[in-house]
Amino acid sequence: GRCTITSLSRILQSQILFMLLLVICCCCCFSLLTEKILNQPLEKADFFRVAELFSLKDLFDARVHLGHKKGCRHRLMEPYLYGCRLDHDIINLDQTMEHLQLALNFTAHIAYRGGIILFVSRQRQFGHLVETTAKDCGEYAHTRYWQGGLLTNANIQYGPGVRLPDLIIFLSTLNNVFQQHVGIRDAAKMNIPTVGVVDSNCNPSLVTYPVPGNDDTPAAVELYCRLFKMTINRAKDRRKQMELIHGLPQTEGAGQGKCFFYQVSMMEKSGRR
Amino acid sequence: MAASCVRTVGSFLGKCMTCSSSINTVATQVSQQVELTYSALCRKNLAAAGPEKFTLEYIQKQVEEYEIGKRHLANMMGEDSENFTQEDIDRSITYLFPSGLFEKTARPLMKLIHFPLHKAVQWGADGRPFHFLFYTGKQSYYSLMHDLYGKILKIEKHQDRLRAKGLFSQDAQLISLGPSRWLTKEELELLLVETISTHDYDRFIKLMEHMLCMPYSSTEEEFVQRYRRLLEAQSLKQLVPLLEKDENGVAFSTAEGRRKTSDSSVILRDCGSGHITVNGQDYLQYFPVLQDREQLMFPLQFMGVLGRFNLECKVSGGGRSSQAGALRLAISRALLSFLSEGDGEVMRQAGLLTPDPRVRERKKPGQEGARRKFTWKKR
Repeated sequence: GRCTITSLSRILQSQILFMLLLVICCCCCFSLLTEKILNQPLEKADFFRVAELFSLKDLFDARVHLGHKKGCRHRLMEPYLYGCRLDHDIINLDQTMEHLQLALNFTAHIAYRGGIILFVSRQRQFGHLVETTAKDCGEYAHTRYWQGGLLTNANIQYGPGVRLPDLIIFLSTLNNVFQQHVGIRDAAKMNIPTVGVVDSNCNPSLVTYPVPGNDDTPAAVELYCRLFKMTINRAKDRRKQMELIHGLPQTEGAGQGKCFFYQVSMMEKSGRR
Repeated sequence: MAASCVRTVGSFLGKCMTCSSSINTVATQVSQQVELTYSALCRKNLAAAGPEKFTLEYIQKQVEEYEIGKRHLANMMGEDSENFTQEDIDRSITYLFPSGLFEKTARPLMKLIHFPLHKAVQWGADGRPFHFLFYTGKQSYYSLMHDLYGKILKIEKHQDRLRAKGLFSQDAQLISLGPSRWLTKEELELLLVETISTHDYDRFIKLMEHMLCMPYSSTEEEFVQRYRRLLEAQSLKQLVPLLEKDENGVAFSTAEGRRKTSDSSVILRDCGSGHITVNGQDYLQYFPVLQDREQLMFPLQFMGVLGRFNLECKVSGGGRSSQAGALRLAISRALLSFLSEGDGEVMRQAGLLTPDPRVRERKKPGQEGARRKFTWKKR
């Protein structure tokens, strides 16, 4: 059906509630310090300041607003479209901004908590780019033929005790025959949240954080890869900083450290509170 | 599926050191078996294989036990334990455990088997996999394709940079591969420790070929050579008989030929008379039938050197036709030393240098001849 996004803050608050519930469930396992590290980002909306990573002009320059032709339009994408010009659909970039901020914020939180992120794209043009992005983040990628039981039959495919991804990012939700990627349905079955770039011919229903935008232009896909890479690296560096500040031994899942003492002033401010 | 059991006497020998070396007590003890089932060899999935099989510690333990057992065996036989080779081990085992079994693989054996490489656990203590392509299922193969494509992009960027400077040349060095072939699918599977399909293998080869066709691909030579194997030595190259000179300064060559049960040897002399002798007799006398004489002449007539050479032939065994065939082969071979490479190739194409493999097929019991069956009677 139609999903209406009322305001950014309300969604963020519901996100925070969800996170808090998770935290409460496994409260007993964590020591007090770890709990503090994990709870601190949840106290603020946009703790990782993902909104400043991109602007509407960047999206426009990367041609994110260009959709497919009117004939290819998916019915469920109509709320996200700004209009149609000479039979070409134009995606509403204001909505894209909101959705992208939500998606990046969620990704940052997942990366901060050491979750496994899987990048999926079945577009042959950008397969190498997506794999390189994943490698640079320290996360995982799957741009190849999706074998049926990868998520649903994981214990037999990989071995017992395998850990499944905690977030799946779809740079393109369609496969090579213009059908919905099997990974979306499987992730929904396995309760794995998904972030997906949905073009005007895609079905946004099963994607947890849909990002309406162009998935065919190289400029747009490079922009998305850059944004995701920056958020994940930021979040991981932040986690390392927090652990250093609180004097804990660093976990291996925190990823590679790039700029170590970025935003020191911001840290001091939050410390003083 | 058949399970081939390989008995190792290694650890058992270690246990047996203190006890008496009488053959009866030794033979009754159960030796440790290393079972290699066909399915376990092919299966690379940890979940399916047993917990103890083929882990690194297990392999190392087996190797240690083998070494210790080898030394004990050498001491038992009263020989030098430092230089005890596998043949000595086999000899000692056949001496200590004489077996009447006909099946050689069922007899007692002490040998290290080649443990197939097998993937260890793919993720760390926190559950995060080590390889970034783990979730694809075929991580080594896809990472290889990823690297290969990366190299192609690098070469293209290099080409673009040269084009921008104006230094691009179309016929710049291609990789010199030499006499080599691509890795076969099985060899690639061994290298990657993963099963891949024929489709995957074909795509890999296609991508490699695509990279080789690009002008500046010589920068990635080392990477390509890793996936190439040298061709086995060219066997059965045509041996050209030596050209010798006798006392009168006449060049001659000798060659042999066989056909069915006939053996022949021919001396070809570059005289210019065209005189032919077979077993001391004139060829007209020895081969009264025209067909046999034609067989003799054919190599010379084909190369257009009919009157040039003198033939001194010796032939024995077989019948009239097979002797002629043997002589023909010998003459063609002898002729190779007087002709150029190209002419030799022409002769080979004509089939003059191929020995005829047909021999008489034996008669089978229950049949009239080799193929003919007895007359079928309805009742």
